[in-house]
Amino acid sequence: MTISNLEIGLYIFVLSAFLGFEVIRRVPQLLHTPLMSMTNAISGIALVGSLLIAGAHRTTLSTVLGTLAVIASTINVVSGFMITDRMLRMFKRRDERKE
Amino acid sequence: MRDNIIAVSYLAAGVLFILALRWLSSPRTARRGVQAGEVGMLIAVIATLLRSEIVSYEWILVGLFIGSAIGVPMAVFMPMTAMPQRTALSHAFGALAASMVGISEFYLHTPRIDHFTMGALGFEVLLGSLTFTGSLMAFGKLQGILPGRPIVYRGQNVMNLSLLAVAVGLAVYLVVDPSVSALFPIVVVLALVFGVLLIIPIGGADMPTVISLLNSYAGLSGAAMGFVLNNKVLIIAGALDGASGFLLSVIMSRAMNRSFRNIMFGAFGQVQISAAGEAVDERPVRSGSAEEAAMVLETARLVIIVPGYGMAVAQAQHKVRELSDLLTRRGTEVKFAIHPVAGRMPGHMNVLLAEADVPYDQLIEMDEINSDFPRADVAIVIGANDVTNPAARHSQGSPIYGMPILEVDKAQSVMVIKRSMAPGFAGIENELYHEDKTMMLFGDAKAVVGGLVHELSQTGVAV
Repeated sequence: MTISNLEIGLYIFVLSAFLGFEVIRRVPQLLHTPLMSMTNAISGIALVGSLLIAGAHRTTLSTVLGTLAVIASTINVVSGFMITDRMLRMFKRRDERKE
Repeated sequence: MRDNIIAVSYLAAGVLFILALRWLSSPRTARRGVQAGEVGMLIAVIATLLRSEIVSYEWILVGLFIGSAIGVPMAVFMPMTAMPQRTALSHAFGALAASMVGISEFYLHTPRIDHFTMGALGFEVLLGSLTFTGSLMAFGKLQGILPGRPIVYRGQNVMNLSLLAVAVGLAVYLVVDPSVSALFPIVVVLALVFGVLLIIPIGGADMPTVISLLNSYAGLSGAAMGFVLNNKVLIIAGALDGASGFLLSVIMSRAMNRSFRNIMFGAFGQVQISAAGEAVDERPVRSGSAEEAAMVLETARLVIIVPGYGMAVAQAQHKVRELSDLLTRRGTEVKFAIHPVAGRMPGHMNVLLAEADVPYDQLIEMDEINSDFPRADVAIVIGANDVTNPAARHSQGSPIYGMPILEVDKAQSVMVIKRSMAPGFAGIENELYHEDKTMMLFGDAKAVVGGLVHELSQTGVAV
C-alpha cells in the first residue's frame, strides 16, 4: 500500500463513518434489532476479501483460511439479509393487520 | 476496462449499502432497504469473481455452498427469542472472516510487508480475534451454555488491560519491524485470550451494550481489511458497521446511565457489587389474584404494558398480545412502553411483540410514553425490574441513580408480574413493589397473563 492509497482510504473511512452516523441516527429504536442484523449482513462484504484469498490459490494455508473465511462471511450475508427481511415482515401497523 | 467495471461495481455496492440503512429509518421503507443491500452484495460479489487474481473457483464454490447450507436454515428456523444469540454468533463469524483473511495476508507477504499494511493488518487481526472469542463468549452466556452471572475477581481490569497492552505492544513492534514474523502468532493468541477475558465479567442485563460494542469492533476489523487489501467497498461497509455499533452502544450506555469509559474498558458488572448494602424496604407487598387484577382491568380506560426480559424468557409475548387485543375490544386503550435496554439486545422487545402480531404503532419509546403514565389507569409490568425502579430518580446512593426509567409509579395503579421477590440485575430492591397502589401477581409470566385473559373473557364484552 502506498501512502496515497492510505490517504484515500482514510478519507473514505472517515466520511463513510460520518455518513453512517447521520443515517443510522434516524433509525427508530423500534427497528434497532433489524438494524443490527442488517449491518451484520452488510459487513458480510468481508466475503469480497475472503473470495480473493480463497480463489487466488497461492499457498495451502491461505486457501484453507480463505475458504473458512468464505464460509463464515457467506453465513452472515445469507442469514443476515434473510432474517432482517423476516423480522421486517412482522412489523405491521394497526390498519395493516388482518383480523 | 475490466478493472473499471469492477471499480464502478464496488462504488455502486457502497451506495446501495448506504441507501439500505437510509431506508431502515421507517418500517414502511425498511424492506426496500433489505433489497438494496442484497443487490449491493450481489454486485460486489460478481465484480470480485471477475477479478484476475482469482484463478480457481473450486474452493470458493465449496465455501459458498457450506455457508449457504448453514445460513439459510439459520435464518428460516431461528426463533425470535434467540435473536440476541444469533446476533452474537454472526459478530463472531464476521470477526472470524476478518482475522482469517488477515492471517493469510500476513503469511503470503511476510517478511516483505510495508509499515502501513502491517499497521492495518495488526489492527484487523487484533480486533478480529478478540471479537471472535468475545462474541462466542457472549453467545455462550445468552444461550445459557455459560453461566450468565458476571464473574469478577481481584485485579481483573489490571490483568485484562496489561494483556491487551502486551498484544498491542507486540503488534506495534511488528509495524516498526515487520520482519519479526515469529511475533505474529503471539499477537493472535493474546487477542483471542483477551476476547474471552473481556466478556467474563459481563452479566445479562449489560448484553445490549456489549453486543453493540462487539458489532462495532467487527465492523472496524472489516474496515481494516479494506485497508490491507486496498478495497474501498470494504472500507465503506466496515465504517458503516462500526459507526452503527458505536452509536447503538452509546444509546444503550446512556439508557443505563453508564459512562462511555465504563464501556470501553468493559468494566461492566463492577457497579453491581456495591449494591449489596442497600436498606431493605420494610413495607409489606400486596399480592393479588388474577380475579382481582381482572376486576381492576375491566374498568380501565388506558392500560400501559411494560415488557422486560422476563417476558422473553417465559415466551409470554403471544399471551400478552391476546390480553392487549381483549382489552382493546372492550374499549380500553393499550400501549406498550419500551425501555431502550429492555431485553438482551437493542430493540429486542419490539421484535418479540411484532412477532406476536402487536401493531408497531402501539409500541412507544420511553421518552414519549413517560408523559402518558399519569393518565394511565393501570400499568402492567411484565418481567421488567430495574428499568421501573423509582429509586433511579431520587435515591442518590442507589447504583442505578440517574438511569432514565419508565415512570410506572405515576400510573393510578400498578400490576407487577414476577416469579418471586428476587431482585433484578442491579441486585437492589425495587420500592415500586412496596407502594400501596401496586399489586404483585406472582408466577410465570405466560401463566399469569393467561389467567388474566381467562378471567377477562369470562366476564364478557361489556362495551
